[in-house]
Amino acid sequence: MGLEIMDDVRKDYVRNMIAEGSREDGRDFREYREISVERAIIENAEGSARVKIGTTDVLVGVKLEPGEPFPDTPGEGVIITNAELVPLASPEFESGPPNENSIQLARVVDRGIRGSEAINIEKLCIEEGEKVWIVFLDIHVLDNGGNLVDAAALGAIAALQNTRLPNERYNLTGDDTLLIEDTPVAVTMVEIDGNILLDPDYIEEKAATSRLTLISNADSTVSGIQKSGSDGMKEEVILEMLEIGIEKAGEIREKFLPA
Amino acid sequence: MKKGEDIEFIKEGKRVDGRGFDELRDIKIEVGVLKRADGSCYLELGNNKVIAAVYGPREMHPRHAQDAKMAVVKFRYNMAPFSVDDRKRPGPDRRSVEISKVSREAVEPVIIKEYYPKTAIEVYVEILQSDAGTRTAGINAASVALADAGIPMKDLVSSVAVGKVGGEVVLDLNAVEDNYGEADMPIAMIARRNVITALQMDGRMTKEEIEKGLKLAMNACHQIYELQRTALLKRYDSSEDRAA
Repeated sequence: MGLEIMDDVRKDYVRNMIAEGSREDGRDFREYREISVERAIIENAEGSARVKIGTTDVLVGVKLEPGEPFPDTPGEGVIITNAELVPLASPEFESGPPNENSIQLARVVDRGIRGSEAINIEKLCIEEGEKVWIVFLDIHVLDNGGNLVDAAALGAIAALQNTRLPNERYNLTGDDTLLIEDTPVAVTMVEIDGNILLDPDYIEEKAATSRLTLISNADSTVSGIQKSGSDGMKEEVILEMLEIGIEKAGEIREKFLPA
Repeated sequence: MKKGEDIEFIKEGKRVDGRGFDELRDIKIEVGVLKRADGSCYLELGNNKVIAAVYGPREMHPRHAQDAKMAVVKFRYNMAPFSVDDRKRPGPDRRSVEISKVSREAVEPVIIKEYYPKTAIEVYVEILQSDAGTRTAGINAASVALADAGIPMKDLVSSVAVGKVGGEVVLDLNAVEDNYGEADMPIAMIARRNVITALQMDGRMTKEEIEKGLKLAMNACHQIYELQRTALLKRYDSSEDRAA
């Protein structure tokens, strides 16, 4: 209960500052917190990346194992994305089965990867109809400082970029590179009192009543959109966000996802 | 998304089911179809058949989840096991949990929650038959059922999907288009104010295509709004006693 009251006070404070044109941490409205990407940090994973955006800290691991394809796509590998919001990352997270927030997080990241066709799933076929690679993309949130989606999506593509197929473990031969053909980047924005803010931190996320995540690719096409929150957004605002989001994704891609 | 390469989505300016690019499927709306629920609506969108029921405002359980300042809106989207080709295992899966969240957020902006602190307003949507666009059909039905339940609302919410098939941006995808098309973008909005309350997209589209899709959806939502309104008026024009 005490926590909630503190959050209410801080929400008001943050909203008042924004109305006057500034953010609590001194950032510009269109500015991200500092981003860092570390790759290949979990040796037992086939690929991994740890992304920090400000105090937000997300670890993404990739594991691969051979398995059966879906009957309607016998020649294609399978991507399974999962997100865990463990209590370690926030006093608000509870252990137990995935809830709507962790499911949404995983599904939005998954949609970005799938829509962009970043992973060529046809190349993941080992034996048509019998055996394909199943790619498990696991998102582990370590610290929730807000805007988990962008960190998780960046971690996912960064981890995939350094993923090796574990051929030896399963007595398979061949090239062990996982071909990554695109670099989807998620950019999340909120609207607070008519202002569009990029990369909302924990308290800005609470202060905003709705937010939009936009995932775009190297050629500026969009491969995922998700609006969330309990308030509507004007069409003009969404169109403006579309523009900002694609541009910002380009900057992040250039800096953190060398082809 | 790959299998559709051999399907001819667009033939002489028409779609696989003969519709134009900006044409909705037939919509049928019936209000107050359930006796026990406080409000209800049966809706058909093409071959989709959905039913929505609303309870509340009533006491919120569990009590620790109550909000002292406003009502809590609950929304459950559920598919009947027989609603799809391959039987769906009963109960919530990841997809329906996400759709429930998105649908709740789609209707929440019009509900005047401040009138009923500490209560719950519950919406239950059952998909009886699925033919692509079930979440939009569910949101349309839910919005009408909320009004039928007498929940104070600022407006109605209308919903439709747009997408890209055979290189064209089209309205209200059917099952073939949804399964094998290039992109799908469900949208919900307060039609009279052009305020978007739900927006999702998967697949791949350019910025220009998304803008075009939004325009198509807006026009369609105005049409859907009129159908919702007409259905509600029809229900309350006749003076049959539904309390019986």
